Amino acid sequence: MNIEDKLFTVGYKPDEHKSHLKIIDPAICLDKCGEKGRPCTFFCPARVYTWEENHITVAYNNCLECLTCRTGCPYKNIDCQYPRGSFGITYKFG
Amino acid sequence: MAERKFDCIVTGGGLAGLTAATVMARAGLKVVVLERGSFPGAKNVMGGVLYRHHTESVFPEFWKQAPVERPVVKQSLWILGKNGAVSVGALNQPAADGQPNAWTVLRARFDKWLGKQASDAGALIVHETVVTDVIKRDGKVVGVRTDREEGDLYADVVICADGVSSVPARKAGLRPDWRQDELAVAVKEIIALPREKIEDRFAIGPEGGATIELVGEATVNRMGIAFIYTNKESISVGSGVLMSELIAAKMNPNDVLEKMKDHPAVRPLVAGGASREYMAHLIPEGGYHSIHSVYGAGILVAGDAAGLVNSFHREGSNLAMMSGKMAAEAVIDAVKRGDFSSRSLSSYRARLEESFIIKDLKKYANLGHYMVKRPYFFGIYPEMVNMAATEFLGVDEIPKRTKHISILKKALKMRSIFGMVKDALGAAWRAL
Repeated sequence: MNIEDKLFTVGYKPDEHKSHLKIIDPAICLDKCGEKGRPCTFFCPARVYTWEENHITVAYNNCLECLTCRTGCPYKNIDCQYPRGSFGITYKFG
Repeated sequence: MAERKFDCIVTGGGLAGLTAATVMARAGLKVVVLERGSFPGAKNVMGGVLYRHHTESVFPEFWKQAPVERPVVKQSLWILGKNGAVSVGALNQPAADGQPNAWTVLRARFDKWLGKQASDAGALIVHETVVTDVIKRDGKVVGVRTDREEGDLYADVVICADGVSSVPARKAGLRPDWRQDELAVAVKEIIALPREKIEDRFAIGPEGGATIELVGEATVNRMGIAFIYTNKESISVGSGVLMSELIAAKMNPNDVLEKMKDHPAVRPLVAGGASREYMAHLIPEGGYHSIHSVYGAGILVAGDAAGLVNSFHREGSNLAMMSGKMAAEAVIDAVKRGDFSSRSLSSYRARLEESFIIKDLKKYANLGHYMVKRPYFFGIYPEMVNMAATEFLGVDEIPKRTKHISILKKALKMRSIFGMVKDALGAAWRAL
């Protein structure tokens, strides 16, 4: 089962106004991280990060709030916070 | 919220935080628990084993009311090779009172119940509130900042129990950033199956439950562990791989999990089930060397936030609850003394040191690092064990003596005798 289908099983309250995940300096992804294989595009359990042509897109409303990206980005180039109170995931089972 | 003063602010409504809050509230302290989710458990994840001893030390006979899933009566370890598996297991003998040593639980349900116990004891639980910083005065932590309007809260002590990525522990300077080789990236799926199917597939009775831990091919031969736990009407299937290893393998955690679910030994257990929930979580696996300061002036750190996980025995929930309890006891003592200095609160560290928590983590302090440097443990050895089992159990016209020599020859091709002896002694030295 692919991630997109699995993400449908998770209860979310999306924050339409504010992303809790931000790429700090897109130039680092473009110029430096190519040789590292842009790890955020594969290590993220929810595949929040995808490389599109010349930049990383951040599908923050798919985030499972594990914070892997905080430690996983080789350049510490992701500002990774928790969603604001009341937003984000709510597990039924956990 | 205007300036409101509590005896203790607990950040995080999980096992450590709610245990701490209950113990303090019962002692008459004014306690508030700050939880990000819309209820305690809303954002909490673990594999699923909750231990009896530690839970009942604070919540006597909890199993009579708490939403536990199945008693863990059957435990096994599967060493997965490419297409086969070698397993070892045990059917536990129940205690004299018929109760098991552990249960599987689903945290969204269990922690909700635990939250009820804490609030019944008198703790205030505030939901949907994210702690963004600590408030310090004269070098001492005196409260926390939250993302609510006028959301500053004050207390004599803050207990950080908000998990592996604790914000206040980091902001207070007690917890440095994690390294990639100290964290496992774990994903888990809840797969619904009818009760009878679960009981048939795992060969357990209606009142029984099974846990299976899987290594080797289960985590694409990288340092990590996978698991299959039975719940009442679902199974929890997950895997965790050390972040540094996952990145080296350039793999997605869900692909690791899906690959395991498709292994011939695992496929029949999960077949036909419906995926009900998918979750991700970081597990602090650095062990003893990853524990930093767990106390400071006006602040304590418990559970995953402090890195208290014994990954070699898949223990975490018990360390969280007991450290929460010990932190609460340290705060109760500090309130009696009216002294919230770092020195006064250091009795928490002493409590941890005297208990199984630090003793166990110390025992395995160097094992993880040893194994991660020697990929044979998760790669070559699982394959070797499976090769030996297949050869040994294969019945044909080859005489046994020839067969045994052939096993040895094949094994030596995989790793030299010198290497094997060195690995075995090295691991044994660090584990025993």
